[in-house]
Amino acid sequence: MHELSIAMSIVDAALEEAQRRGVQVSAVHLRLGAFSGVVKDALLFSYEMACQDTPLQGTRLVVEDVPVVIFCAKCQQQRTLNSVQLFACPECNEPTMDIRQGQELEVFALEVLDDTEDGVHHDMQKSEVPE
Amino acid sequence: MSEPRLVEVRRNVLKQNDVIARALREQFRSAGVFVVSLVSSPGSGKTTFLEKTLTQLQPRYRVAALVGDLATENDAIRLARSKAPVKQITTGTLCHLEAAMVQNALQDWDLHQLDFLFIENVGNLVCPSSYDLGENIRLVLMSVTEGEDKPLKYPTIFNSADVAVVTKNELATVVEFDWNAARTSIQSVRPGMKIFRLSAKTGEGMEAYLDFLSQQLAAQKTTAPV
Repeated sequence: MHELSIAMSIVDAALEEAQRRGVQVSAVHLRLGAFSGVVKDALLFSYEMACQDTPLQGTRLVVEDVPVVIFCAKCQQQRTLNSVQLFACPECNEPTMDIRQGQELEVFALEVLDDTEDGVHHDMQKSEVPE
Repeated sequence: MSEPRLVEVRRNVLKQNDVIARALREQFRSAGVFVVSLVSSPGSGKTTFLEKTLTQLQPRYRVAALVGDLATENDAIRLARSKAPVKQITTGTLCHLEAAMVQNALQDWDLHQLDFLFIENVGNLVCPSSYDLGENIRLVLMSVTEGEDKPLKYPTIFNSADVAVVTKNELATVVEFDWNAARTSIQSVRPGMKIFRLSAKTGEGMEAYLDFLSQQLAAQKTTAPV
């Protein structure tokens, strides 16, 4: 159970980014890979504790789950794995270790309340991952 | 109150660890030391395996070990019997090693005096997977008594490892260990993984694994820039 130390790292990272930008945070958006080794429920629970007595107390942690995506050399295609217990192309069964996505543990964005520069509209697309 | 807006920051949570791990990797490379980290569940025989590894490599190589443990120094005491330099990292309540702990532990060691450095992680198949320690290879150890499906239960750590060692082979018959099933589980979560099957207790199978380490060290020494 290392989620508490991960949560504390999230708080540190978010605070640093918030201070640099001079913004007040209401939520922290995290991209969490299915293969990051971090358990979401434990993390959400730990986040609350990690925020105590910091400027982030009372903020939410919004977790975006990122599935594992591999590249299949045979199909020449990126494919989403159905299970992290089988590293093979779900279409042709070719084994692969070419992991393109799913190990993320990233503070992706801060939801802020005040008006400052550097903002991205909150309906920004958050689905696709950059290559 | 104004409407909430999203400010994109894109920051890797483990950046601090990764930065230190990168520095360690560079330090290891320039010192010409080959670093192996060991992960396993508690009770898989990691310390016996490491003790035998140190003892058997010692006639030919300069070896040392860092041992992570929650509370006791028992492992370090056992490993000291090999006469190799051994240092304990007591993690307290922390369930894994982090790069900064390795860096601190190595401060008063001259890495140029070493060929192999082994880093024994805390017995845990979950948490250590997230933390890069700057090692050359990560070795995951499982014993035949743990069951063939261990890799399927802990895919993240098996996938993050480079080599799998299946130990306590002297008990394989007693526990009706299904070698093919174990191999299939390992290859399923980590295609192409190199696997060694051995008994640290009887010595059976140790030679192939030790030869592999020697080859890795030789390969590193030839590719390392002068």
